[in-house]
Amino acid sequence: MAHAYTPGLKVTNRMSYSVIRMLPIKGDVMVKVGDNVNANQIVAATYMPGDVYPLNMANLLAVPPKDVASLMLRKEGEKVEKGEAIAETAGLFGKFKKKYNSPYSGTIETVSDVTGQVILRGPDIPVEVKAYVTGAVTAVNPEIGCTIETDVAFIQGIFGIGGETCGPIKFAVENCDEAISANNISEDMKGCVVIGGARISVESIEAARKVGVVALIGGGMDDQDLRDFLGYDLGVAITGSEKKGITVIVTEGFGDITMASRTFDLLKKFEGKEASVNGATQIRAGVMRPEIIIPLEAGDCEEETEQVGGYLEIGLPLRIIRDPYFGMLGTVSALPSEPHVLGSGSKARVLEVKLSSGESVIVPRANVELIEA
Amino acid sequence: MTIDLENINVILATDCGSTTTKAILIEKVDGTYRQTYRGEAPTTVEKPFANVTIGVTNAVTEVGELAGRQLTNEDGTIKTPASDSDGCDMYISTSSAGGGLQMMVAGVIAEMTAASAKRAALGAGAIVMDVISSNDKRRPHEQIQRIRELRPDMILISGGTDGGTTEKVVQLAELIAPAKPQPRFGSEYEMPIIFAGNKMAADEVEATLQEDWIDLAVVENLRPTLEQENLGPARDKIHDVFLEHVMAHAPGYDMLMDWTDADIMPTPGAVGNILQTIAKKENINVVGVDIGGATTDVFSVFDETFNRTVSANLGMSYSISNVCAEATMPNVLRWVHFDMDERQLRNRVKNKMIRPTTIPQSLESLIFEQAVAREALRLAYKQHKEFATTLKGVQQQRTVGDTFSQQTGGSTIVDNMKLNLLVASGGVLSHAPSMNQTAMMLIDAFEPEGCTNLAKDSIFMMPHLGVLSAVHPEAAAQVFERDCLIYLGTCIAAKGLGKEGKPCFSWTLSGDVARSGTCNFGDIELIEMGPEETATIVCEPARGFDLGAGNGKKVTHEVCGGTVGLVIDGRGRPLGLPEERQQCQQTIARWVENMALYREMEEAVVSA
Repeated sequence: MAHAYTPGLKVTNRMSYSVIRMLPIKGDVMVKVGDNVNANQIVAATYMPGDVYPLNMANLLAVPPKDVASLMLRKEGEKVEKGEAIAETAGLFGKFKKKYNSPYSGTIETVSDVTGQVILRGPDIPVEVKAYVTGAVTAVNPEIGCTIETDVAFIQGIFGIGGETCGPIKFAVENCDEAISANNISEDMKGCVVIGGARISVESIEAARKVGVVALIGGGMDDQDLRDFLGYDLGVAITGSEKKGITVIVTEGFGDITMASRTFDLLKKFEGKEASVNGATQIRAGVMRPEIIIPLEAGDCEEETEQVGGYLEIGLPLRIIRDPYFGMLGTVSALPSEPHVLGSGSKARVLEVKLSSGESVIVPRANVELIEA
Repeated sequence: MTIDLENINVILATDCGSTTTKAILIEKVDGTYRQTYRGEAPTTVEKPFANVTIGVTNAVTEVGELAGRQLTNEDGTIKTPASDSDGCDMYISTSSAGGGLQMMVAGVIAEMTAASAKRAALGAGAIVMDVISSNDKRRPHEQIQRIRELRPDMILISGGTDGGTTEKVVQLAELIAPAKPQPRFGSEYEMPIIFAGNKMAADEVEATLQEDWIDLAVVENLRPTLEQENLGPARDKIHDVFLEHVMAHAPGYDMLMDWTDADIMPTPGAVGNILQTIAKKENINVVGVDIGGATTDVFSVFDETFNRTVSANLGMSYSISNVCAEATMPNVLRWVHFDMDERQLRNRVKNKMIRPTTIPQSLESLIFEQAVAREALRLAYKQHKEFATTLKGVQQQRTVGDTFSQQTGGSTIVDNMKLNLLVASGGVLSHAPSMNQTAMMLIDAFEPEGCTNLAKDSIFMMPHLGVLSAVHPEAAAQVFERDCLIYLGTCIAAKGLGKEGKPCFSWTLSGDVARSGTCNFGDIELIEMGPEETATIVCEPARGFDLGAGNGKKVTHEVCGGTVGLVIDGRGRPLGLPEERQQCQQTIARWVENMALYREMEEAVVSA
């Protein structure tokens, strides 16, 4: 293998972005092809079948299962209200009848004469799907959903917490190497996507949540801060469903890391503009990284930057992503083809990196990621 | 399809993993089957390729280039049959791509029929997403909610012995019908449900599950009586459904199924196959482990009973953070013989989790990863021991003599004293820079007792050989014996606890290596003994220690060497480490030195 593909996170000032918005089950799509939608607009809605409550009526009425159907006051398909009597025993000589009142509102779905079980289905649950990104509807899949497309500036983070949200971009720091503290958070950030520089602390997240910041973005964070914020130690990187009232994204990794200047500068260019963000991260089959999407307007960033990720070549800028040089930036200065014995004793294919300090170091090819100049 | 085994000279086998597709070539050399070349390429199940055969063709092309044999046609398909310079006579494959086979199982009682159903699913190579039972302490609506959230490839329902409860079994079906679980692949796909419970309940279950989105199959009860498990029919059906539904819906698998000369098997199912074949052939008890990035699979065959467990969140990259959370950081760090900054380590662990393909560059980093591996393996083996039990619910006949040794049904069948062979595979074990490190990780985590052979799967060939053993057992056995396992050596370890520095057992070796000595409690020693060397060891344990013949009783074992040698382990079982950090570091440092784990690189790390 002459070349090794080296991944990199996508950071681009212009790209065509397409997102499919789908209902979990069939329902109504409320837009048509050609419509312009904004991020908060509901594009499809439906009702999910309600929760299911099995009631062991044979036990509750102390009768054989086969008798249950005849004792039901409400039959299959009928609606019932909470507290309403739904079954009654025959009693003794018409007396001492025992009634059973429904503990939930809903519909009687089935009555089993084998188990004596009654399945009660709760009221339908409304489900709404928002556009998520401001753009144009380019396709509609009837009863299922739609596709929204637009030109955007796009930034992929490395790890996030919390789901989709949107708001105007606001900066909490001046420089990309500035850590964000609780003091950097102010009341006027309510509803905003707030950008920090380097490390995000748990205090800054709490302060941001308190004032109603919808998303907080920084270069890195400490594992301890993540644990304090979540209230548990995250074992597997599958996130996005946390209900913490704020979405948090780190662009570089864990620890004291400065946000890549290119990412910081790109966000700076769009200060005040609306951004859609999603912290959902899944690092297994079907990798999903958190994202920051800024829909472009006419005249914004006409030139598209080159994509990151590709084959290693001399002179390309990169970041080292594993100790002992974790987080350091440099350029590829040599690509020896023969495997090299590392300090750990393992043999691996390596490259020589010229660090920004001028020093040259040897690093396994698996431990670098390409970044844009 | 009938294959003339006499005329098979070149066999091509692939294993389509989640990230890598591995291809091996097996050729008949001087009348014996040998594994000759190996190649790999990224798996292409995910977008933008979304076709597994692209990765297969790439991996096979690499093998072909190395072997100087054209193995693919111009359109990427596999070239058959073999001639002198190109093609192969047989092509077979296993798969765990796209998350493998994911199942939900249900049974009436968690410890009985539900446990049997879980065993059937795991044995077939599945990942069990959840086990629903009448006594799992969840309320029915919570169970239904859970079923709704899961997206399994198929569901296995068991419950009731034949002629036993009908009502409870139908109740399980009544939970599944309204929940309408969505399958993983596409909304058009009918959810396969296998019923392997009380045969008297089959009609009622069928009536309850008569829905257009369900494809129900009824097979023999997997627990016909409490005393008997009958997992075969359920396992076979799972395999059929895997091929008919899951594989047929995974991207490119319809093509791959056309290419292969035998049914595609789930990777862990194939590994289980080969280990069972070997255990039977050699009449031994075997434990195999495969530690990956996300999961750790443990397989065991004790007295011909096969068990497999998957520890879903114990792994070395995607799940490394979970290992540290479950084991706790102090437990991980007890295996490290120098100080490390805990805050920095925690960040490192998380960085490995979010960038799972990185490798340790420094020795310090390697030592820490191997410490995590010990804990991942230890926890996975613990889970395996808890799962691999005798059948629960069996009535016990007791005598007065049993009064003081009350064994309930459901005791583990995993007995380290009876273990003959411990096989390692998976990145952190297979790619350790020194085989001494692999052997020591196995010994520390599994704590073998008595006399145990240690081996590693040379290039993760067991899945390929597992599927091969189903179609060409002779070829599979020959390759397993000659090329698959690298024997690391033998571990002689005493069970029991004593006082540090006091004699644990004395030993005398005769044969290719002749030596004798006394192993003190708390010590571990490495005797050089090459792969071709064998010897007889006579051990005399001190009182309170057992080496296989009983407390303090003399024992004789035949031992063979390996790339590591003979390990004399007097550290006792269960293996304990000093609580005090400084003392613990000194103990580990002594073991590291005695086992020559990092000798060559040690000085560099200390000076750094």
